[in-house]
Amino acid sequence: MSEITQLTPEFKLISEWITPNSRVLDLGCGDGQLLKHLIDTYGVTGYGMEIDPDKNIQAMQKGLNVIQSNLNSHDLADYFDENSFDYVIMTQALQVVGRPDQLLEDMLAIGKQIIITFPNFGHWRNRAQLLLKGRMPKTDTLPYQWFDTPNIHMCTFNDFEDLCEEKNIEVVARTVVNAEHRSSFGMRIAPNWLGEVALYKVQKKSS
Amino acid sequence: MTENKTKTLGVITPQVMHIESPLSLSGGSVLPRYDLTYETYGELNAEATNAILICHALSGDHHVAGLDADNKAGWWDGYIGPGKPIDTDQFFVVCSNNLGGCRGSTGPSTLNPETGKVYGPDFPIVTCRDWVNSQNELRKHLGIEQWAALVGGSMGGMQVLQWAIDYPDKLRHALVIAAAPKLSAQNIAFNEVARRAIMTDPDFNEGRFIEHNTTPKQGLAQARMLGHLTYLSDDMMGSKFGRERRKEDLQYNYDVEFQVESYLRYQGEKFATKQNFDANTYLLMTKALDYFDPASEFDHDLSKTLAQATAKFLVVSFTTDWRFAPARSHEIVKALLDNDADVSYAEITSEHGHDAFLLPNDHYKGVFTAYMQRVLQDSLAIESTSESAQ
Repeated sequence: MSEITQLTPEFKLISEWITPNSRVLDLGCGDGQLLKHLIDTYGVTGYGMEIDPDKNIQAMQKGLNVIQSNLNSHDLADYFDENSFDYVIMTQALQVVGRPDQLLEDMLAIGKQIIITFPNFGHWRNRAQLLLKGRMPKTDTLPYQWFDTPNIHMCTFNDFEDLCEEKNIEVVARTVVNAEHRSSFGMRIAPNWLGEVALYKVQKKSS
Repeated sequence: MTENKTKTLGVITPQVMHIESPLSLSGGSVLPRYDLTYETYGELNAEATNAILICHALSGDHHVAGLDADNKAGWWDGYIGPGKPIDTDQFFVVCSNNLGGCRGSTGPSTLNPETGKVYGPDFPIVTCRDWVNSQNELRKHLGIEQWAALVGGSMGGMQVLQWAIDYPDKLRHALVIAAAPKLSAQNIAFNEVARRAIMTDPDFNEGRFIEHNTTPKQGLAQARMLGHLTYLSDDMMGSKFGRERRKEDLQYNYDVEFQVESYLRYQGEKFATKQNFDANTYLLMTKALDYFDPASEFDHDLSKTLAQATAKFLVVSFTTDWRFAPARSHEIVKALLDNDADVSYAEITSEHGHDAFLLPNDHYKGVFTAYMQRVLQDSLAIESTSESAQ
């Protein structure tokens, strides 16, 4: 029970989307908290992938199968066959990779469904800072300077959904929340203005 | 002080296992009887669930940890011992000198009981599979049903792979470090140059150098220089030697001009004169490496080959290793993933090339320690199951 209460709200929301005993790949799994939770609570099997050496060790200490890998390389397509996983999960990493569109395609090739989370550049505070100050926004969710940010491919929810449309990707579910991972009426009405973080569950369109 | 004292293995005395049952070798011949020299560290628990076998690399031997009679530390002492990644307070660790070796196990430099003479070049070439078969006799001899883990780097990693394929139910974990599923043409070529260096040394005497009371020192030294070169990385040699010269002024002769030449000569010389390494063993080990290709029996499909394996795997490679580069470890990982096997993989950043698997490195140590904890948990779980069954 204590495990669950320690789980970040984002991971809790993701967990609710996972069918028990499914096969999961967690890209950029960090210290493995989510994957460990999914294994212990939902009986899933699978792997984590993580590039950072320290996080790698932390995930390994949890007894997880962790593959050290760079999300920018083509490891995914090399390592896994099509539809190897029920879910490929990637939290807060889409905006840091070299080619999010290609990674998305790789993920869709190996996973039946993708669960992905990322910060919304279209949030009103970002828009206001750019409009009023004429400078790149800095907020709690995006605390970096433009020159040192790892977030090299920021997008808005609308941008992401445009990409999905273009790539024939179906949005199965979407949850829009604030930085504390709470939702509100406003976020449901105007997500691209008021939502700070989005969780998407997507899959290839069946056609 | 006392704390420190209990934290070392101290001097280890090697043991010898005499095997009287014949061993059929891959090359077709049969070894009627043979000895394996080995060392052990730590205590085997009552259920024999905590045993680990270390497999050594080309010029390694059974002395992997602790001190030998000459106070020389084992070749992997940094990673094996009390409180170290392979913790001898928890595990019973075994390492044997490979068959065909020259550190006490039966090999080219030991007496052939049939003739009463030194085997020399008549000792049959053995393969990874033969080694694994002989190590399996050692397993039985020690009363171990299943190894908690098999651990090996380089050629040792290949033996671990072979174990996982040939005796899947005899190990729970396989740690394959800086290895490859088979040698590349370039790898074989390097081995061949090393062999030519030894075999063309006038003191080689067609392998009967012991009978002639000679040692092919030049050949051994050259083989070692070449081998050593492939263990280092360009980066590391650059930072260690660069173009640094012995003397300030250029000499324009064929003496040692650059420090790197001096270093290589020293390494070769040391190996050929101080280590007493048998030249026939060197040849045999390189041949065993060349022949290693377990997938050749499974339509050259490594995924199919590793479908036999039931062990959980840790695969480790090092960024600047070009002898067995990370891409070679990827092949192993890929084949294991194809089988939905339990596998973890770490690619350690190091400037030390192939040699890195023997050297201190925080990430490497962290990964090793974390994984060995998992091995320990599994050993304890099995122990408690067998206890409750009683």
